[in-house]
Amino acid sequence: MTTTVEAPRVAPPSAPPARRNRTGTLLTVVAWLVGILFIIPVLWMVLTSFHSETDAATNPPSLFAPLTLDGYANFFGAQTGASPWPSLLNSLTASVLSTALVLLLAIPAAYALSIRPVRKWTDVLFFFLSTKMLPVVAGLLPVYLIAQRIGMLDNIWLLIILYTSMNLPIAVWMMRSFLAEVPVEVLEAAAIDGAGLMRTLRTVVAPMVLPGIAATSLICFIFSWNELLFARVLTATVAQTAPVYLTGFVTSQGLFLATVCAAAVVVSLPVLIAGFAAQDKLVQGLSMGAIK
Amino acid sequence: MTTELQPQTGPTWDRSAEEKQALRRAGDWARRAPLLPALIFLIIVTQVPFVITLVISFMNWNAYYPDERGFAGVDNFRRVLTDVNTRDSIITTIQLTVSVVLVSVVLGLLIALLLDRAFRGRGVVRTMMITPFLIVPVAAALVWKHALYNPEYGLLNGVLTWIFGANAPQPDWISMMPLTAIVVSLVWQWTPFMMLIILAGLQSKPLDVIEAARIDGASTWQIFRFMTLPHLRQYLELGALLGSIYIVQNFDAVFTITSGGLGTANLPYTIYQTFYNAQDYGRASAAGVVVVIGTIVIATFALRTVSSLFREEGSR
Repeated sequence: MTTTVEAPRVAPPSAPPARRNRTGTLLTVVAWLVGILFIIPVLWMVLTSFHSETDAATNPPSLFAPLTLDGYANFFGAQTGASPWPSLLNSLTASVLSTALVLLLAIPAAYALSIRPVRKWTDVLFFFLSTKMLPVVAGLLPVYLIAQRIGMLDNIWLLIILYTSMNLPIAVWMMRSFLAEVPVEVLEAAAIDGAGLMRTLRTVVAPMVLPGIAATSLICFIFSWNELLFARVLTATVAQTAPVYLTGFVTSQGLFLATVCAAAVVVSLPVLIAGFAAQDKLVQGLSMGAIK
Repeated sequence: MTTELQPQTGPTWDRSAEEKQALRRAGDWARRAPLLPALIFLIIVTQVPFVITLVISFMNWNAYYPDERGFAGVDNFRRVLTDVNTRDSIITTIQLTVSVVLVSVVLGLLIALLLDRAFRGRGVVRTMMITPFLIVPVAAALVWKHALYNPEYGLLNGVLTWIFGANAPQPDWISMMPLTAIVVSLVWQWTPFMMLIILAGLQSKPLDVIEAARIDGASTWQIFRFMTLPHLRQYLELGALLGSIYIVQNFDAVFTITSGGLGTANLPYTIYQTFYNAQDYGRASAAGVVVVIGTIVIATFALRTVSSLFREEGSR
């Protein structure tokens, strides 16, 4: 069901052993080098975040400068008194609540598209997907105007609703592919044993799809947490989210490299945790369930 | 597998036609009920704004001149399509999307091939590869702009100093090659995405057939060219199309790294500007409609690819 990435696959012999070994070693070295090249910006970000501002701004770079938490202290407002906590909490509220709302809407919908499918269920499924392909920026202005009229600007609930609609198609597709994996025989057996619909869902279906629900939530959480454009246009001081805080933070404070890196680390930490927790199902989520 | 649960409305049923139809309709609605909340929610939140965008795109509406609001016909579209800035931003969007997608698909393919074999520390390398995708896009753009590209103490010029000493060239990367700077940072974030999708494709290739080909004496290159690559085709397409949909809409990197300056303003950024700073609602909407039309072209292909993967899965 998941991509078994860790399963080693040894290529059958086709070249003389000595040459094969040398090529193999070379490919391993190349793979490691590429991996290191890709992680360097992240490592550099983390290292710089633990340097003092003077050590962060040297050329050539100082790799072994003493470590300090000043960058983090500055990000949390040690000098200016400006705290990122309200924006971090706003991001958390918007991400968690929109994810909960997404699950509430997506799971019944996925049920109606897999276990007891409606007529033309593939058309419905593709309608969900097509909304994901409409560019966000084209709907931005009407959303702004409507929000302005009903007094929802700078209100975290507006973002919660928008993030729910942004993630709903992904969640419906993912949940459908998980529910479709529940064998019909199991459901029929439960029905023959006299279990009602709710009981079947609770005791038979839920345990089987729980890992899928977890992965879906993590991916929705990541997309909501990362979102900038809506948050930037529709919020101001009250409902500002962490990405918006980051954009304003640099322009208002001039350039503090260690602080910027500390900020990037703090804001990315929840995404890194969620991403690694969902690692096995990441592909399935990102490809909207098209790949397993 | 799901079709087995369709209602059995055969002639064996001992009921009148009317009754049967009523029952079937009731059953249909019982099936639809769990779907409706999600469907209605999505239609209201995503489709209604687009209809409004379409209406406003034919209106003369600038928030700075509220009295002059009225019907404008196709004026906004004429202005959008003849305006040099908009045309430039359309070209920039295409350049940005095509280069990021092409480079990250090719890199993703090469890295996926490297990772599709057993070696010491493969899990670690895979984790290192995924990490760039898990950095918040704004944060990644900030780090690239300030910690890597900065001409005085960015890592890139620092490395140049390490290699060439005190007289090393110290280019100002962002002003020298603004679009390339954005492309590189996006390629860094999107290569892991492509790699994951292509790796999933590599791991689903039919091993027994490849084994048979090898026994028949096919070379590694022949196997790659005539078996692996055709098998990967739909995965490459899927990666490229999903990537295009996300990168056409990119706002974070352009906004953070260059603020749309130095000829890097893409369509999303230009629309944001027209609406947020110039408050020209009619024109912003017309530009939005242009983006939608462009996206529909890509999306049609994307939907076709997804549905071919989907059917294959269903027939399995």
